[in-house]
Amino acid sequence: MTDPYKIPPSTPLKPRKRTIVIGATGGIGAALARKLGAQGFSMALVDRELKSLQVLCDEINKQAGETVALPYAQDVTEYKSISHSLSKIIAELGGLELFIYVAGVIYFPGPEEYNFQQDLKMVEVNLLGGMAWLSEVAPLFQAAKSGQIVGVSSVAGDRGRIGNPGYNASKAAFTSYLESLRNRLTRHGVNVITIKPGMVRTSMLTLPGAPRPVLTVSAEQAADRIWKAIRKRQQVVYVAGIWHWIMLVIRHIPSFLFRRVSF
Amino acid sequence: MTSDFTQLENFGHSLKSPSYVIQPHTAEDIHQAFRYARKAGLTVAARGGGRSYNDAALNGGGIILDSSVMNRILKWDKVKGRVVCEPGVTLQQLWQRVLPDGWWPPVVSGTMFTTLGGCLAANIHGKNNFRMGPIGEHVLEFTAMLPSGARVLCSPSRNADLFHSMIGGFGLLGIFLSITLQMKKMQSGLLEVHAWPTRTLKDQLTSLEQGAPRFDYIVGWLDTVTIGHGQIHAANYLHSGQDPEPQKTMQLSYQNLPSRLFGVFPKSLLHYFMTPFMTNIGVWGINTAKYVASLRSHTFRQPHAAFHFLLDYVPFWEQSYGRAGLIQYQSFLPKETALAAWTEMLALAKARGLPAYLGVTKRHRPDKFLLTHALDGFSLALDFKVTDSNRSRLSALLQEFDRIVLNAGGRFYFAKNSETTKATAQKFYGKQTLSKFLKLKKRCDPQRILQSDLYRRVFAE
Repeated sequence: MTDPYKIPPSTPLKPRKRTIVIGATGGIGAALARKLGAQGFSMALVDRELKSLQVLCDEINKQAGETVALPYAQDVTEYKSISHSLSKIIAELGGLELFIYVAGVIYFPGPEEYNFQQDLKMVEVNLLGGMAWLSEVAPLFQAAKSGQIVGVSSVAGDRGRIGNPGYNASKAAFTSYLESLRNRLTRHGVNVITIKPGMVRTSMLTLPGAPRPVLTVSAEQAADRIWKAIRKRQQVVYVAGIWHWIMLVIRHIPSFLFRRVSF
Repeated sequence: MTSDFTQLENFGHSLKSPSYVIQPHTAEDIHQAFRYARKAGLTVAARGGGRSYNDAALNGGGIILDSSVMNRILKWDKVKGRVVCEPGVTLQQLWQRVLPDGWWPPVVSGTMFTTLGGCLAANIHGKNNFRMGPIGEHVLEFTAMLPSGARVLCSPSRNADLFHSMIGGFGLLGIFLSITLQMKKMQSGLLEVHAWPTRTLKDQLTSLEQGAPRFDYIVGWLDTVTIGHGQIHAANYLHSGQDPEPQKTMQLSYQNLPSRLFGVFPKSLLHYFMTPFMTNIGVWGINTAKYVASLRSHTFRQPHAAFHFLLDYVPFWEQSYGRAGLIQYQSFLPKETALAAWTEMLALAKARGLPAYLGVTKRHRPDKFLLTHALDGFSLALDFKVTDSNRSRLSALLQEFDRIVLNAGGRFYFAKNSETTKATAQKFYGKQTLSKFLKLKKRCDPQRILQSDLYRRVFAE
């Protein structure tokens, strides 16, 4: 076994919090990784493509002046290898205090189109990958009686709308899964945060068929808000905050009306 | 085998490190843990009482072998004073077993909650290091398991290289399975203690040096807030005839530390009342009061347990340092350079507004163990409170301390210092010693299964 420990040691005077970011090269993921790097975290950045991960790690490490970010190329749909990857990452980081799942994909079907292949992909990445990772992370945090979990879901999970049934379903299920985890783990000292972004200016919004951007925030603003939620150990956070009120109204639109509206 | 992912801490509560904790009951369990670790690609470290101030018994993200269930005293020969113990036996278990028969462990730490496995791994010293050396000099033999599962029997004459490197080797070469120790014969359960004040650091070091030949134990308390005020406690064993009732004073009921203050107040709650005083001003007040009270030189008789286990006098005292905990910085300096170096260090700490809240001095002599921390001179242990706002300033201060100590030919002790870097360790151990240790590591543990946070901070290549 070669010594895998490239992260500098954690000492009482130079303590390091340790985090894993799944989906680290996406818009919000990368912004959040940079933010956490600036806050002194050591981190494992996980995504599909090694090359873009390395670019991001190099940038964060250069900024920090030492190795704080390590790249791990892994697809969230490789469910079987997650257990091994997790224990390897925790050993290399020397611990784990914060787990972040921000991996997500979106496809925009036409208003009358049904595409099961795309729906399957969205459910696999947005929901099943998160469940697979969290099934490994949750028991560790529960046993350690500490830790924080951040799941990035979406306002799209709050109601099923006409535009994108598959995406709505994947996010609704992930929101619900996170809520269950919160109810299971809070009593064990673990904080579970559900982030519900509205519209964030990332590549998602430039895809063909994407809706007209309204009330958008930048990925950096979203990362700042998520960091605040982590610091304050919040529970459910809309990004931007205005979406809390919008979704409050939308959640209460009765079905006989909701069936008739065009959004 | 079941393991629990547990957030472990150092004794000072200033470091957190989660690990998969396994409690072996037998040597076979330890072997199985090694096999499991190899299969899972994980590392293994041993942990005893968890009394180290640093990361010696932590292994973040790896396996921790918690020795607390392997705590049987296997054999006790009260004629020869020889005891065979499993590694999880604590000093408390040991002295309580041997004292009623008229014996006492020749070397003990300031707390009785350390385990023998941990004591050997750190090669602990007591307030009699200048006379009795470290605990390793009283080990007749031990058996240890290497990560391959092989067992080795070591004594000063058999596998002598492993004997002198596993003791003081911080669990990085093998795991102790059983330890045979020689106890020291006692004629009384009491010590005759002499206490006197010292006005300056120079005074204190002179007292230690001149007092050592006359006493069995000697230790100094140093007020590092005012710099120099202090008190010496020196003690001698009682010889036969000096104690009219040795049978009575060696009974456990005579030795046990009272659990209540003035007979009423539970001492386990005392640390809550200490917390508000753990500030620069609070400690100044306490130290000044303590010094004034110590101005009267006096002599008294005290049970062994009360004299030795000062750290256990107030249970949970380390929690009074608050949320971010404490660290201890202990340096060992040759007797020629100690005064100048510590004077410079303490002045620096005072100038930076970072006084140590407790200072303890001792007298030492060299020993033959490979990773020894002792030398012909003195040690000064300083306790610092850690807060979120003083971390970087304290870190800068300790880096300067390291420089001063290295220049003065000093050494460090890895049951204590938490910030020492690989480069510093290389300097004071010397390249030759360190490469000798790493060669033994390669021989005993070629796959580097035995690792701790300390190993990765200081020893790993």
